[in-house]
Amino acid sequence: MDIIFKNVSYTYQQNSPFAHKAIDQLNFHIPSGTFVAIVGHTGSGKSTLIQHLNGLLQPTEGEVWIGDYHLTPDKKPKDMKKLRSSVGVVFQYPEHQLFEETIAKDISFGPKNFGVGDSEIQRRINEVLPAVGLTEDFLERSPFDLSGGQMRRVAIAGVLATKPKVLVLDEPTAGLDPRGQREMMDMFYDRHQKERLTTILVTHSMEDAVTYADHVIILNKGTKYMEGKPEEVFVQKAALQKVQLDVPEIVTFLDRFEARFGVSIPFTRQTEKELASTIANVIKEGSVHE
Amino acid sequence: MNNAIVIGQYVPGNSLVHRLDPRTKITIIFIFVFIVFLANNVWSYAILTTFALASMFTSRVPIRFILKGLLPVWFLIIFTFLLHIIITKEGTPVFEIFSFKVYSGGLIQGFAISMRFFLLILVTSLLTLTTTPIEITDAIESLLHPLKRVKFPVHELALMMSISLRFIPTLLQETEKISKAQASRGVDFRTGPIKDRVEAVVPLLVPLFVSAFKRAEELAMAMEARGYQGGEGRTKLRELKFGKLDIIIYILFSTVIIGLILTRN
Amino acid sequence: MSNKLVEFRNVSFRYGEEQPWVLKNCSFEIYKEEWVAIIGHNGSGKSTIAKLMNGLLFPQEGEIYIDGKLVQEETIWDIRKDVGMVFQNPDNQFVGTTVQDDVAFGMENRGFSREDMLTRIEVVLDAVRMQDYRLTEPHRLSGGQKQRIAIASVLAISPKVLILDEATAMLDPKGRKEIMATVTGVQEKNNVALLTITHDLQEIVQADRVIVMNEGEVWQETTPRTLFSQQQELREIGLDVPFIATLANELKQAGIPISQEPLNHKELLEELWTLYSRT
Repeated sequence: MDIIFKNVSYTYQQNSPFAHKAIDQLNFHIPSGTFVAIVGHTGSGKSTLIQHLNGLLQPTEGEVWIGDYHLTPDKKPKDMKKLRSSVGVVFQYPEHQLFEETIAKDISFGPKNFGVGDSEIQRRINEVLPAVGLTEDFLERSPFDLSGGQMRRVAIAGVLATKPKVLVLDEPTAGLDPRGQREMMDMFYDRHQKERLTTILVTHSMEDAVTYADHVIILNKGTKYMEGKPEEVFVQKAALQKVQLDVPEIVTFLDRFEARFGVSIPFTRQTEKELASTIANVIKEGSVHE
Repeated sequence: MNNAIVIGQYVPGNSLVHRLDPRTKITIIFIFVFIVFLANNVWSYAILTTFALASMFTSRVPIRFILKGLLPVWFLIIFTFLLHIIITKEGTPVFEIFSFKVYSGGLIQGFAISMRFFLLILVTSLLTLTTTPIEITDAIESLLHPLKRVKFPVHELALMMSISLRFIPTLLQETEKISKAQASRGVDFRTGPIKDRVEAVVPLLVPLFVSAFKRAEELAMAMEARGYQGGEGRTKLRELKFGKLDIIIYILFSTVIIGLILTRN
Repeated sequence: MSNKLVEFRNVSFRYGEEQPWVLKNCSFEIYKEEWVAIIGHNGSGKSTIAKLMNGLLFPQEGEIYIDGKLVQEETIWDIRKDVGMVFQNPDNQFVGTTVQDDVAFGMENRGFSREDMLTRIEVVLDAVRMQDYRLTEPHRLSGGQKQRIAIASVLAISPKVLILDEATAMLDPKGRKEIMATVTGVQEKNNVALLTITHDLQEIVQADRVIVMNEGEVWQETTPRTLFSQQQELREIGLDVPFIATLANELKQAGIPISQEPLNHKELLEELWTLYSRT
């Protein structure tokens, strides 16, 4: 599903003394199948933006297209449930939404609401459970007996079980330890590829944006500040620093390297290993190329 | 968006009424609530009304806030007024509508009762409009202090109230967050048959309770780590000051009471 | 006088008879005015250590001493004066209805006079650079600001050791930076030992020593520099290796003789420059 934002603005508590414009004249087009990272500070409008993606909010100005679903200030899709079943949202700390007595019931909750039949739900459970790294003996346990990381996996399984075409992830790794973070992001990336999803990742981590995203949108104070491929966006250090965003550490290092050595190594989303061999060349041969 | 959360109806200000010791305000309002029922003629009502209106104007709270407080009870006031006109058949008939005689006694009674209502609501909303919830909590703690002798948990009660005040905005945010998460999982809170809508509350309430319990547990631990061991030997940063202003107000209010007793029949 | 501030002697702990051991036979020491980082994956027992240090929990085996005092029921109120703690969730440790009420909470509990509280509030809010927020309500503060208030609240009672128990885990990068800058400033100005508990290796660079926890055991006591050189092992116990350490390692693999494990960009660039000028 293509996602299109056309001059979208959203004002909270419009026509009141507390009115507050959270996003302002946003324009972008996300083609189906893209992995997009949305980066910005707390309060840059990220969470307001993602709430438009499944109709939790309607724009107060402009229009939003999610595939064939059209949202404008005075029009919302007739079949909101269908939109919500096509767009799965993993909110921050999704483990807070668990409520059922057993893990099986909690995972089934979404699909059931969307009218999926029992046997199909069972099939989906069997599919998503291993995908999030859990085993079948968990199914009849209470979600509240699990560790924080496991609870999060259950909550994510609940979203995946609705078989969304668009997956929205709002800082899905917050609070996990490094291994947990990596495993979770790899899992989402795997899912993105296998299911041909359109994935929208809201993150603070420039490293994650570089590693997984095809496309980056930088938000600042509710407006689109920059947009493009990670290797284009993240080299613009001055512009990013102007809004107090970091660049990936490797970009900073390349800058400092150039300042010290007078040799410029372009940022191509290279791995540490690739970078090391380039540097080795500079040191041994005095140039970037062999 | 978070900044929009306002607890209670407090209107910030620095008027005489704002600056009064909250204990003074609570005590006076408490007494006022009783003496309103003593008024039984024009003069006694006039005295109480003057007092209430004078407080209102000194508080400099915009009239519209006060009217907003009265809004939900307007209906009640008018209803009592009409009821008395209809029921009471005392005094002389004043006029007739639709062949229904309205007596002077009914008018007077109806007016008196509505006036009582109006005065009660006016002074109590003045309290909440000019006093922060935490000041009210402190005042209640201080006023109830003597009950400690009979083992009434005054300090605990006040602490409970202040922690509730502290966490109301947090829990409101949490409620919104969870309801959005469940709406994304296909819960419909707004339409459908009542039975479904009642059922839709479960996925909202269970997570809210779970999180509230977790918060309570963590908060208790944090408080303990910060040396909390009950009210014993505790000092307070926030202090209530009983000043000259309060004495003047008490004297003023006493004259109101004396005036009331002298004028009533 | 010994310099030992905290001492764990063969400490083991579990939450109940039937439960598995969370800590197994842990022993270590922390000295006065030292900055020690405890690091480990989630569930490695690192947060339990913090709670044992001020008597929120008691060990089943072994003893814990804080400044020479054994931690037990009779001493916890004295010990909690010496051990200040900042927890993970910024909301669930903010007791007051305003910033100054929250900073005062710990002092009120200990019977400080009102004048004393007012002066200290000024001083500690200054130390965490939150002096303009004295009367602000918590729901108008960011997570990072709330955590700075939590630090101020702890400093107000002049503890001997300040524990940050994953205090940055729920913050955004900006909030994290604020806290790390605050902590560095505090460590310099106050005579206080610092114990930072984290799973973020970036946050341990400035520490004097690191205690690495794994599966409830002290896996290693070392310096950040030595730790960074053990990449394979770190990954095995679920931790991450900072970019600069990974790069240094890859450079070694590529035949560049890096002699000292670099802690930051500057150190690595200097070494590379030396090698470069030689060729």
